Amino acid sequence: MNEKQEKLIDKKGIRLDGRKADELRPLKLQVGVLSNADGSAYIEHGKNKILAAAFGPREMHPKHLAMPDRMVLRCRYHMAPFSVQERKSPAPSRREVELSKVIKECLEPALFLELYPRTGVDLYIEVLQADGGTRCASITAAALAIADAGVPMRDLVAGCAAGKIDDTVVLDLYDAEDKLGAADVPVAYMPNLNAITLLQMDGILTSDEFEKAVNMAMDGCKKIYEMQKEALKTKYMVVKEEGEE
Amino acid sequence: MPVFFEKKQLVTPGELLAEGEYLPGENTFVEQSKIYASRIGLVDTDNKKVNVVALRAFYMPKMGDIVIGTVIEVGFNGWTVDIKAPYTALLRASDVLSRPFKPQNDELSAVLTAGDLIVAKIASYDRAHDPQLTVGEPGLGKITRGQILHVTPTKIPRVIGRKGSMISMIKQETNCQIILGLNGVILVTGKSLEDEELAIDAIKKIEDESHTSGLTDRITQFLKERKGNTVNVEENKNE
Repeated sequence: MNEKQEKLIDKKGIRLDGRKADELRPLKLQVGVLSNADGSAYIEHGKNKILAAAFGPREMHPKHLAMPDRMVLRCRYHMAPFSVQERKSPAPSRREVELSKVIKECLEPALFLELYPRTGVDLYIEVLQADGGTRCASITAAALAIADAGVPMRDLVAGCAAGKIDDTVVLDLYDAEDKLGAADVPVAYMPNLNAITLLQMDGILTSDEFEKAVNMAMDGCKKIYEMQKEALKTKYMVVKEEGEE
Repeated sequence: MPVFFEKKQLVTPGELLAEGEYLPGENTFVEQSKIYASRIGLVDTDNKKVNVVALRAFYMPKMGDIVIGTVIEVGFNGWTVDIKAPYTALLRASDVLSRPFKPQNDELSAVLTAGDLIVAKIASYDRAHDPQLTVGEPGLGKITRGQILHVTPTKIPRVIGRKGSMISMIKQETNCQIILGLNGVILVTGKSLEDEELAIDAIKKIEDESHTSGLTDRITQFLKERKGNTVNVEENKNE
């Protein structure tokens, strides 16, 4: 089967979707798209379309989940039934529960949890259309939603993956590359503090390739981070200009 | 002692603001003796203190703050009050009744019921306990008339203005009583609906344009213009 398979990357280093090895997919970010949420963000990362909404900090319900000494971040990552080719059952799958936990844990280091004891921040991530790398795109959007809600943060968190297709380490895998490729390394990174908050690996890489992939993903995160800042500022710039005229 | 921003620059969480001799102010934090922003807002320095005036924030209770809240529940010996903060506040019955509270004699829901609005002061608050309110001072208590409006809590200082210049100007120009809850809820009571409406429009204008300079003058002019349209009739009569 593999012989029939088209090469994922050609001799010139151009991938199936026309990108170079270290090129990101086109990215569009928008902040404050939902009026009922305290903070929200929308991301289009290649063909991924994801909405993130943040609420709080507010009193935790049910109350027994509140922590006496710190704030609790609750996160729900959910894929819409129409987000993939084959209908996905709307009930949370094993994978979604895992991603919810992973996203929660990679955002927690960015928050001052100890400042707001007994409260909770709720984060809802809805994948409207998926095309590989949704966890990273979700993290990017979720960080913006939390910042938009006015929750103090140490830094914005940007997510980006790198991986191996055929024998090349490449940046930002999309669905086909993720499924047919050799490895996938999603990374979430806080550029200003130079801290990695999420690092996973699926597949097999040599230690050299792994290092290369992590560095590549971190560079990708830095690029995404700049766009995040831009998107956040844009929302308030618009408000500002309206006020000034 | 470098500073990495221009005055009134828009910054995002995580942006490096200053290093060295500076002190961290509002909405900033220190990591390895460098000062970073923790919220989106406009930076400024006050002597050696670096402050970020947040464009988006929520209210955190502080002892002594005047707030406006909504009663959400009548309990056994007091009320639970929503003060638009991460915590709900408690108002004790004995505080309102100003005499010992006896559950068999006093019907709490006759004094305040769910949905009532109150002006109150935060009597106590710490990490481990929900804020407690008091209404035992002049000017505090149940709201019986007027209009309520909500602004982002961080904009309240702007509505007050330097040494209260803005708010006293609005009060004077519109003949309204205005109570500012530090939790971002504002009560406007005037003699007529038009007066109240005028004051509300002025406050909304301040919220929208809070980051611009020369605002007090512009608001004064705005109020004069608006009043000009309605008051002119009376002036003509006088002539």
